[in-house]
Amino acid sequence: MRTAEALRMAVEALRVNRLRSGLTMFGVIIGVLSVVILVAIGTGAKDAVEREIAGLGSNIILVVPGQVTLGAAPTQSRLDLSDVAYVRRVVGDPSRVTVAVNSGEPVRVGRNEVFATLTGTDENVPGVFDRPLRRGRYLSETDVDTRRRVAVLGSEVAAKLFGDVDPIGRQVTVAGVRFRVVGLYETVGATFGVARDQEVHIPVTTAQRLIGMNRINAVAVSASGPDEIEPLRRRVLAALAERYPGERFSAVTQTQLLGTVGTVLGMLTGVLAAIAAISLLVGGVGVSNIMLVGVRERTKEIGLRKALGARGRDVLVQFLIEAVLLTTIGGLAGIVLGVGGALLIQAVSPVPAAITWWSIVLAFGVSAGVGVFFGVAPARRAARLDPVVALRTE
Amino acid sequence: MTPPPPLPEDTAADAGEDAAGNVPGNAPGNAAESAFEAIGLTRSYRLDGVSVDALRGVSLRIGRGEFVAIVGPSGSGKSTLMHLLGCLDRPTNGVLRVGGVDVSTLDDIRLAELRNQTIGFVFQSFHLLARTPALDNVALPLVYRGVARAERRARARAALEAVGLGHRLDHRPSQMSGGEQQRVAIARALVGDPQVVLADEPTGNLDTRNGADVMALLERLNADNGVAVVLVTHEPEVAGRARRQIHVRDGRIELDTGVVAGGGRAGGSGEDG
Repeated sequence: MRTAEALRMAVEALRVNRLRSGLTMFGVIIGVLSVVILVAIGTGAKDAVEREIAGLGSNIILVVPGQVTLGAAPTQSRLDLSDVAYVRRVVGDPSRVTVAVNSGEPVRVGRNEVFATLTGTDENVPGVFDRPLRRGRYLSETDVDTRRRVAVLGSEVAAKLFGDVDPIGRQVTVAGVRFRVVGLYETVGATFGVARDQEVHIPVTTAQRLIGMNRINAVAVSASGPDEIEPLRRRVLAALAERYPGERFSAVTQTQLLGTVGTVLGMLTGVLAAIAAISLLVGGVGVSNIMLVGVRERTKEIGLRKALGARGRDVLVQFLIEAVLLTTIGGLAGIVLGVGGALLIQAVSPVPAAITWWSIVLAFGVSAGVGVFFGVAPARRAARLDPVVALRTE
Repeated sequence: MTPPPPLPEDTAADAGEDAAGNVPGNAPGNAAESAFEAIGLTRSYRLDGVSVDALRGVSLRIGRGEFVAIVGPSGSGKSTLMHLLGCLDRPTNGVLRVGGVDVSTLDDIRLAELRNQTIGFVFQSFHLLARTPALDNVALPLVYRGVARAERRARARAALEAVGLGHRLDHRPSQMSGGEQQRVAIARALVGDPQVVLADEPTGNLDTRNGADVMALLERLNADNGVAVVLVTHEPEVAGRARRQIHVRDGRIELDTGVVAGGGRAGGSGEDG
């Protein structure tokens, strides 16, 4: 028997039992649909985070004391402002180095109060980070040198404290001390749950006095180009090791962050896909089940076909094609619905979704494979039927 | 795998060896002329560990172009014999040649091919594919022969026309009377140009008039096309229309009237031969 013939027969058999075929396919459709959608969401999340990291600025190296692992609490800092000056000398271009002293503090205007990330930094923020201003100005060298009580607000802080009012020139109270607002940042979004729009930047010297410490949390260095990142990282680390023998410092680059985050989110996507694959498996069991019912129901037909000259292989192929057809048609429908669903989620919800070609190919391949895998048992049962017994069945 | 055509001497020798059984008339040289040649066929089943002998040594020869009725009460073994002749089943012991080919030398695939090319089946309950049009039902055996679709349809159409159903090509079995359905089944049996049509109670589910029509059709095919017809029946009236009757009881041939065979030559004779 030719394959085209077997295909025609299988289509006919599925057409005859439309409702049953449809319901059986439904299981596969749901499985494939969830694979496509969940992978799209996982990939979308990964893309979004990677965009955020890239959005920090270009070629940033973050130098912190101690050993850094993602998610671990930072170790006690031993760096102070003289070390920042030292790193500046090492780097050679002072505008490529900036500093951060962080503390969570309440910020108040009249009766409005928000909890913000207070960051003590300096005039080199625009030289290192990608932080465009909406209004006003950045911190200046004089601000830092004279410990001025001036602040540049993140867009969300400004919106919560001032509403639609222009905050430039107005007063805010940070930890009980009054500051004058000199600048307002553009909205940049969050990175690793660090809501950068909820930051309040003040001069690092002012921050140290306010918080009551003379250490700093991190030094941020910007390399002049992607190829410069690694040599510069090594140079800074070596210089710090020379200055403080026996101590550890970490210099984390965006590439490293991207790698770590990418791995974590890749695993997340994998887990989501695995969960979805289970539903595909359940759909496959449904196919197997319905095919077994079909074989039992059509015992007489199988007996007849064998009497008329069908070989075991012909019957096997016929039922196998039926099963594969069920799962691949279901798979195609699932892909169409899954892609549609992912686009819909992307359009109407904040959840990012990115459709990847590999998830589609995988979903289709797996559904076809499921058809073969779960179709073999019923098909073999059909192929092995004894024609005499089968013909006698009523 | 194809066995050499049996030589006349072999046939004679085989028949001679089996002299203790129901020996058919030794007719050397006619093996290739036989549609069926059975020597000492037995068939046992195991049912719940108990061995049941459905056939206990049947020897017969049915020539090409014969019209034979296998008659017997229910449980006599006539259906088992029919299944063996139709190559749907294999004998436990004994030799069966179909169209001169010893079926014990054939694997399942070749057996399926033999069924497909040599034998046409007609069943009591028609066994048509319910939701498939008559034309495709008739063409089904050709599907397994690998015949192209256009040719299949042309031959199926011709077969349906031959049984007087040229106007029913696209009707499904449910849209046809029992008599018409059985004629579709006969067309299906004929479409592959078989040497033999095996009909298992072909009139069993039909009223007298339709039954008579079906019998007339089988007789005409036998007479006009030279197709051997072997029918199993328990109706004496139907059996009476066959030129030769083989009575089966308790797994043995009780009586074989096959003195005169179709096709102008003597077939195998029974014990009374």
